[in-house]
Amino acid sequence: MKSNWLNCLSRRALLALAAVLLPMLSAVAQQTAAAGPEMADQLRQDGKIYVVVAVIVVILVGVLGYLISIDRKVSRLERELRD
Amino acid sequence: MSKNWWKVLTVVLLVYTVVMGLLGQAPRLAILNETIRNLYFHVPMWFGMTIILFASVVYSVRYLRKPSDRLDVLAHQTAQTGVIMAVLGLATGSIWARFTWGTWWTADPRLNGAAVAVLIYGAYLVLRSSITDEQQRARISAVYNIFAFCAAIPLLFILPRLTDSLHPGAGGNPGFSKYDLDNNMRLVFYPAVIGWTLLGVWITNVSARLTFVKHKLYEKQLA
Repeated sequence: MKSNWLNCLSRRALLALAAVLLPMLSAVAQQTAAAGPEMADQLRQDGKIYVVVAVIVVILVGVLGYLISIDRKVSRLERELRD
Repeated sequence: MSKNWWKVLTVVLLVYTVVMGLLGQAPRLAILNETIRNLYFHVPMWFGMTIILFASVVYSVRYLRKPSDRLDVLAHQTAQTGVIMAVLGLATGSIWARFTWGTWWTADPRLNGAAVAVLIYGAYLVLRSSITDEQQRARISAVYNIFAFCAAIPLLFILPRLTDSLHPGAGGNPGFSKYDLDNNMRLVFYPAVIGWTLLGVWITNVSARLTFVKHKLYEKQLA
């Protein structure tokens, strides 16, 4: 009976402690994010970063495709010369 | 196709580098901010250049041991690709410096060393084009190539570490461990190094094969 009451009290004490500490945790997290060096967070939130990724990937794929086509032209020349 | 698997790997690694390089997690550092992502593009130029110029000097040594047109062409084309990568490395470094250190160029041991190394290799290309006799050109440029590599490596990697420098990896601090410690960046950085190096190898492969075809065509015309 007595242990049950103690259990109840300790649980309440823990909950109270959590209620006090948990908001502090988030406040600390917010503080570090605000104090940390500035990054392009807004650009990422807007989703505009995907536009940049898409543009660079298109250019990269285009240039690599061009390199592949030159590669194949040289291969064809090599074959023609061999025959 | 099975012979060209590494070209497929190049495309995959480079696309991965660009996508993850921009979208991946990066540490929040003062001054650098988002420019930390340049690590995936600027640094691999120098890694790739070193590997490709090492291949070039190996071809030159092999040429001097057993002269052949093939080895001379390979040494020349690898050196050319290496110089292009070095120039791109200097240009990207200059842009990065402008927005982090506030100047396009500064008399920093690392920067000046890199510039001198590029000039030494530029002289290799000039030397080659100034000799008309083929065998003489091949032999002299092979000897010069060995000298150029032996001069460039200390200028790039040893001398800057002996003094203080703005550039990471100087003044006794090893490499760029500050950023390299971040495992998220490692996941992109190592594939980036392999991808950009393979791209350099690929371009060299195409240009060397084109030169072989040209030489064969001359031989046929002469015969």
